[in-house]
Amino acid sequence: MANLKLTNVEKTYGGSVNVLNNINLDIKTGELIVFVGPSGCGKSTLLRMIAGLESITSGDFTIDGERMNDMPPAQRGIAMVFQSYALYPHMTVRDNMSFALKLAKKSPAEIDAAITKVANTLQLTEYLDRLPKALSGGQRQRVAIGRSIVRDPKVYLFDEPLSNLDAALRVATRIEIAQLKESMPESTMVYVTHDQVEAMTLATRIVVLANKGIAQVGSPLDLYERPENEFVAQFIGSPAMNLLSGKIVETGDVTQVSVDHGNGVIAANIPSSPDMKGASVNVGMRPEDMVPVTGENYAFESKVEISEALGEVTQVYFERQTPESSPVIAKLQGIHRDVRSQTMRMSADPAKVHLFADGQSLLYR
Amino acid sequence: MAAIAGTKSSLTWAVHLSLVAMVLLWLFPTAGLLVSSFRTSDQIATSGWWKSLGASEQNLTLRTGGAADQVNRDNKFVIEGNLFGEASEAVISVWGTSSRSISDYSAGDTAELKNGETVTVQANGDYIMEHSEEFTGKRGQRIFATAKTPPEFTLRNYNYMLFDPTNREGMAKAFFNTLTVTIPATIIPILVAAFAAYALAWMDFPGRALLIAVVVGLLVVPLQLALIPLLKLHNEIGIGKGYLGAWLAHTGFGLPLAIYLLRNYMVGLPRDIIENAKVDGATDFQIFTKIILPLSFPALASFAIFQFLWTWNDLLVALVFLIDSTGDTTVMTKQIVELLGTRGGNWEILATSAFVSIAVPLMVFFAMQKYLVRGLLAGSVK
Amino acid sequence: MHPALQAVLTIVIGVGGCVGYFYFSNQFLDKVLFPGTGPNAGRNISRANMVRPWLFLFPAFAALSVYLAYPVIETLRLSLTERLPGNESQFVGLQNYQNMFNEPKFWEAMRNNMMWLLIVPAFSTAFGLLAAQLSDRVRWGNLAKSLIFMPMAISFVGAAVIWKLVYDARPIDQDQIGVLNALYLFFGGTEPQNWLTIPGWNNIFLMAVLVWIQTGFAMVILSAALRGIPEETVEAAIVDGANPFQVFFKIKVPQIMGTIVVVWTTITIVVLKVFDIVFAMTNGQWETQVLANYMYDKLFRANDWGVGSASAMIIMLLVSPILIWNVYNARKEMQ
Repeated sequence: MANLKLTNVEKTYGGSVNVLNNINLDIKTGELIVFVGPSGCGKSTLLRMIAGLESITSGDFTIDGERMNDMPPAQRGIAMVFQSYALYPHMTVRDNMSFALKLAKKSPAEIDAAITKVANTLQLTEYLDRLPKALSGGQRQRVAIGRSIVRDPKVYLFDEPLSNLDAALRVATRIEIAQLKESMPESTMVYVTHDQVEAMTLATRIVVLANKGIAQVGSPLDLYERPENEFVAQFIGSPAMNLLSGKIVETGDVTQVSVDHGNGVIAANIPSSPDMKGASVNVGMRPEDMVPVTGENYAFESKVEISEALGEVTQVYFERQTPESSPVIAKLQGIHRDVRSQTMRMSADPAKVHLFADGQSLLYR
Repeated sequence: MAAIAGTKSSLTWAVHLSLVAMVLLWLFPTAGLLVSSFRTSDQIATSGWWKSLGASEQNLTLRTGGAADQVNRDNKFVIEGNLFGEASEAVISVWGTSSRSISDYSAGDTAELKNGETVTVQANGDYIMEHSEEFTGKRGQRIFATAKTPPEFTLRNYNYMLFDPTNREGMAKAFFNTLTVTIPATIIPILVAAFAAYALAWMDFPGRALLIAVVVGLLVVPLQLALIPLLKLHNEIGIGKGYLGAWLAHTGFGLPLAIYLLRNYMVGLPRDIIENAKVDGATDFQIFTKIILPLSFPALASFAIFQFLWTWNDLLVALVFLIDSTGDTTVMTKQIVELLGTRGGNWEILATSAFVSIAVPLMVFFAMQKYLVRGLLAGSVK
Repeated sequence: MHPALQAVLTIVIGVGGCVGYFYFSNQFLDKVLFPGTGPNAGRNISRANMVRPWLFLFPAFAALSVYLAYPVIETLRLSLTERLPGNESQFVGLQNYQNMFNEPKFWEAMRNNMMWLLIVPAFSTAFGLLAAQLSDRVRWGNLAKSLIFMPMAISFVGAAVIWKLVYDARPIDQDQIGVLNALYLFFGGTEPQNWLTIPGWNNIFLMAVLVWIQTGFAMVILSAALRGIPEETVEAAIVDGANPFQVFFKIKVPQIMGTIVVVWTTITIVVLKVFDIVFAMTNGQWETQVLANYMYDKLFRANDWGVGSASAMIIMLLVSPILIWNVYNARKEMQ
């Protein structure tokens, strides 16, 4: 039961190095918010400011309306799970889990009950008297999560909790976290990751951070289907969205575009105002949306340079038209043999075409 | 390396031999002192200690019994006995009756002396001396014998230096004085330094970098500079010379290394753990006592060993701050220096007292070498 | 009071006092001065956190100031003054330094100290490097290291006794009990030598003691450095056809040059302060004087605080390049 509100929050190190600017964000009770962004975008810093491990240079941060800027971490009603687990190496699992409760002067009976319950849920009962070094990576991560649960916090903070696990364990633990969230609908969680799959699968809403600020906030599919700008468009989805330069030739409910290295016109189901006519735009097409076409209206024509057959899909890398143009990649469904060195004409369904003017999507004009 | 094909075995041998040589060279002086401390003063003075390890060929000067021991047997005066006094495992090979010719006779031979006396010496030291007239000399006849004696060691020196209450040069008191200096001087700086090191490693405050630089600087300040000003200070505030002054001085002089070592170690502890403790609601004081101190045990142990060795082995601080004119508070190092002056030739005393003082650090060294090495690696300024 | 009892009491008072100080000053800060509850909780807590580092630092830095920082300044002052009867003193400028520079004993100490500075670090480092390299290549290397490292635990005074026995001389017609003379005669020497009284050479024999002690230190540090060298660089050199000596001198040594410098400077500092060995073995006689012993002589035998302090300042002066270098490096590393 906690609403988090960040208003005009800013972070500057040593008076000159600005890392975050103008952050405005509302997090509602029961949400699982994921911060993603390229490395160095400040996503961990933002989380640590929420935790109280970094001071807030300016702006306000409130939990349930109470200003938290100067509150030490322990008084904020939060629990945090670190990437490195941060288990106390000299304490047993039980002591690790009870440390915070003992500091809060809870009664031994209370502590015992809390630990027993959480240990049962996380299948840690038989490890309670072991030291962390006697546990596997997955078990350690479960202890770290369990340690935060016993405190029954209002807000859970996760700082890349799965990064130190191997691929298989990561999937399993990801699902455990999702189930954990299901079982605690009232708790608010903030989760930092650089892994898109984690973000897409876990998040209620994703916050994409870039250039010291928030690039977009939205549900996972929102970000995928309706990216606000070129950055988000290319950051979400893999391989990244292809951007092809072109010009608007017809405005209206459906915008018609001619692409520089294509032919004819391409339609996009995006409305545009009449004054946009003739404007330069970038046409965005996700690799998985691109299909070969036979007619004279196509967005792109080039020779296939490399093809990667993955079975379910075939990834096709096209030759660049000019040395400066960015490479174009298409993801074709199923198996395509002998596409190498073929010249192909590509386009996409008008519902799946994105248009960006000056980096911003026309959808949000 | 050993697995690489075609490695020459001659080189491997050279490596082994050079290392053996080096180890022996480094061990030899200490071994000498250790062995000497188990020998009697006579043994030390007459032969090198390295000869005492095997059965050694020794040139001994022995003496038969004097006139008082003679008996009259068949009109002959006879003195009988054993040259070694009691049963000994020494075996005499050759012998003589004057220092110029010490190998005239073999064991079992009979020598004729100038005035008609005869003397027969057996390999085991039994002798029989006969003369037709009565023996008169109070002291017996000197016999110069070359004998093979088995190694022989004694604990008498240690007994004398440590447990003999009549020995005014004994080491027992100095040993306890050293211990008295060492233990508080080891424990107190650790505690003081640990708090400061935590602040320098994990707390944010203006001037932190400067203070660390100050500590690094003080690390090499020669303590010679501190002698007179501090002695003056101690006299002015009434501490004078004594244990308190020595403890304070050792604490002050040990602090830079302690802070430096501990800070370097603490700064390497994972940040996440400390932050997690903060989120868990621990205050700085609790983080320090419940998380940092237990995790810093290796560094604490390293410094404790350093400080222990340093205070135990110290001479200068004791001379200046501890030992007053009564000499009641003398420590072992000072006692040994004094013995070097007054008993320079008495190696049984010197060797034993030196070994008494060396033994404890050596035990600490071999028991806790791991921590010592770790501390050295962390403590040498990079 | 019995000293042992006094020691126990000191430990209790010292340790208890320290713990008490830290605990109660923290309590005072958090509960009384800036209580972490009430309307100003947030502000108070951050204020308390600004004060707290100084609470933690205070005892240590108070001790450092009194026991190391103040003496440096006081020694400087003493070196510029002369003691007059009745606890008075008088500023005499550089007169003490002048007097000291006019003393041949001082120049002898300077000359010897310079020799110590050249020889001891060089040989300790070289032997240490040799021992490190050799012991890393044999299976009993750890044992060898332990034994070479062992003299580190022995006091300078103990070492002095050990080596005096090595250097002992007996009249020619007796069995030699000092190893050095025994070897000397065995290899054709004509008569036993009193090694510590031969001017010039005796310095070398004193230095040998310190080299013997410090080699272990150099070995431990350099051995760790050698092990830190990426194995691949050595393997690459072997594949390139380098012989073991080339691997050692052209691949390994250049990579641990930084550590060699550290070892060298650390031993240099030890050498500058060397006192016990000379004090116990020759006490500066037979031209073996060194600065630290010269200073001790002046301070406590001649009772001349002015010249004594001046010579202490000379030691400080010789140490300061290393001090500055260390501070410079430490600051660089922190950034």
